[in-house]
Amino acid sequence: MSTHDTGGHAEGSNRLYLTVWVMLLTLSGVEVFLGYERLPIHIMIVLLMGLSVLKAGLIIAYFMHLRFERLSLVLTLIPMWVVVTSLLLVFFPDSFRLLEFRFPK
Amino acid sequence: MATAEIEGVGSGAWDGGGSPYAMPSKKLGMWLFIISDALTFSALLMAYSYLRASSEVWPTPFHFWPSIVVSSVMTFCLLTSSITMVMAVAAAKKGNVGGTVAWLGATMAGGLAFVVLHANEWRGLIAEGLRPFSNPWGSPLFGATFFTCTGLHMLHVTIGVVVLGVVAAGHKKGRYSAEHVEVAGLYWHFVDLVWMFLFPMIYLLSIAPK
Repeated sequence: MSTHDTGGHAEGSNRLYLTVWVMLLTLSGVEVFLGYERLPIHIMIVLLMGLSVLKAGLIIAYFMHLRFERLSLVLTLIPMWVVVTSLLLVFFPDSFRLLEFRFPK
Repeated sequence: MATAEIEGVGSGAWDGGGSPYAMPSKKLGMWLFIISDALTFSALLMAYSYLRASSEVWPTPFHFWPSIVVSSVMTFCLLTSSITMVMAVAAAKKGNVGGTVAWLGATMAGGLAFVVLHANEWRGLIAEGLRPFSNPWGSPLFGATFFTCTGLHMLHVTIGVVVLGVVAAGHKKGRYSAEHVEVAGLYWHFVDLVWMFLFPMIYLLSIAPK
């Protein structure tokens, strides 16, 4: 698929981009709806973050063209971000423990 | 896979070919900036989650009107400005300068609408008594996390609008090529992407009880 112009990658059509845009709006609407469903917080976080990751994936893949770029770029950028962000989760046991340390009122 | 035609190196992407990513250096530079900026926002949202999980009473001050309605409209503005940015990049690649400038103008309008609505949202919350280290509702850290996360994002949007203005003016004069428009577009989509995480994390998880 690679031609030799500066971009060097296949393009999506306007129709594809508009479809992605409508999907993003729909997913945002679903998120606002979920916000009012009053589910337990841990379920809310999983659902909302799941939908947000999906939206981020759509934006990165189509609007930011990553789907039409070399695999080497994807492998340079994305795993590094996932690993470093996951490493930040190491703090959470500590944050839950802080609640136990408070003086009783 | 045959893109590298430079002598002395392998042609494959993994053989150190002349252009292993098959993209201009400006675009690669923008991608590297974006991924490091993404880590900054990851760290901020993790810090926010940490503080929220370790606080007893986390404020939930966002009522349906105005906060949730306005922030939903802001989300719409940003998503729509992203699709106009896509159109600007497509027009620039076709060499349609007038179309590019017009689409960039639409993108800037979306970004400006976002900033104005968000600033008004801040004003409303400050009027209700929200300060960086105190508020009438609960954990005093709420203000610090709210202002830091949304403030840094608002700064990114503001810088984005300025960059788009500069690129649009330069593109009209022929100083900036279609590649510049595309690189500015990458940044703009990233700003949109960050909001897709801030909106649920900050707003939708802190909706006021009825």
